[in-house]
Amino acid sequence: MEQPLWEVFIRSRQGLDHKHVGSLHAADAKMAIESARDVYTRRMEGVSIWVVESKHIHASNPEEAGSFFDPAEDKIYRHPTFYKLPDEVEYM
Amino acid sequence: MDTEALQQSFNEKIDKDIRIEPKDWMPADYRKTLIRQIGQHAHSEIVGMLPEANWITRAPTLRRKCILIAKVQDEAGHGLYLYCAAETLNITREEMTEQLLTGKAKYSSIFNYPTLSWADMGAIGWLVDGAAIINQIPLCRTSYGPYARGMVRICKEESFHQRQGFDILLSLCRGSEAQKAMAQDALNRWWWPSLMMFGPRDADSPHTIQSMKWKIKRFTNDELRQKFVDMCAQQVEVLGLQIPDPELKWNEARGHYDFGEIHWDEFWNVVKGNGPCNKERIAARTRAHEEGEWVRRAALAYAQKQKSGISESQTAKATIKE
Ligand SMILES: [Fe+2]
Ligand SMILES: [Fe+2]
Repeated sequence: MEQPLWEVFIRSRQGLDHKHVGSLHAADAKMAIESARDVYTRRMEGVSIWVVESKHIHASNPEEAGSFFDPAEDKIYRHPTFYKLPDEVEYM
Repeated sequence: MDTEALQQSFNEKIDKDIRIEPKDWMPADYRKTLIRQIGQHAHSEIVGMLPEANWITRAPTLRRKCILIAKVQDEAGHGLYLYCAAETLNITREEMTEQLLTGKAKYSSIFNYPTLSWADMGAIGWLVDGAAIINQIPLCRTSYGPYARGMVRICKEESFHQRQGFDILLSLCRGSEAQKAMAQDALNRWWWPSLMMFGPRDADSPHTIQSMKWKIKRFTNDELRQKFVDMCAQQVEVLGLQIPDPELKWNEARGHYDFGEIHWDEFWNVVKGNGPCNKERIAARTRAHEEGEWVRRAALAYAQKQKSGISESQTAKATIKE
């Protein structure tokens, strides 16, 4: 009987996003959060922890990454550098 | 995609130093090699807590005790980071634990030596963690993403381990004659096993070539061992101790220290399970695993109960509203 696997996300400082740091096994969410504190924040690496059972994570398929992300590839006009401005325009 | 195309795209990623991630296609042998290496590495962190835990209750001061506990806790953390990295390769934690306890999986032989005096805590920190750092720094760039990320975390924490060990030895070396002799004795016992931590000579290490091609390994065993000897040969002078190797000598032409031959018979003997503490270490792990069984069961039972409790009360509320 194995304890479920949890993915751990940590906010390293107030104002920053929670970032995935790794995973761990725990019986329930409370235990997962306490273990995450002990495993991933022994040196004040976090001010907030999220845990989610790994089975609830859905991911894009890496084998289809090429075609899946392809629609964004040829849209260089989405970037400001696409537009040439006359020298007279200073800040834009 | 057929296997050939998948293999091709895998090779390209390796060539371009693009990390391989858990859901990416990878050759079966690459997966197998990683499971073996990361598993061994994780087991080493876990078993490695035992020789040091032996001295926690007998640390000479409260300050040393706090430091030693913190170090041992870090090693537990390292084991967990690595088990999780290995689990992304489709092996369960239960299988890995089973492999360790049945002797099917190995761990670093260094932890099969006994810790006889307080000075051993110094020698382990300086030499064993020092050797681990030299092994681990190149692994931060290893080709498998979860392993590399785990190693980055681990390396950040290791340097405190080495320094606290050196600090223990330095204090002993600046103390009484008896204390200095204790430090020298520890160095005498830990030096050669530390050199063995880098594994067999390149010529006797069949996995190395393939692991280098896959960029799992970035340097050979002998290259890393030489780096370690060069580092220690200089640092030992600060301590004023003697490395127990009459052949240790600076070689101007090579730009490295020459050193004596390792007793490979002893190395293979310990690997095969006949070191001074092999049985004791596995017995301790087995006992911990068995004595923890009821806790794991109770935690799961409690979680189940809470879950069904919540759904019952939710249903109750829903019924009231209706
Ligand atoms: Fe470690
Ligand atoms: Fe360490």
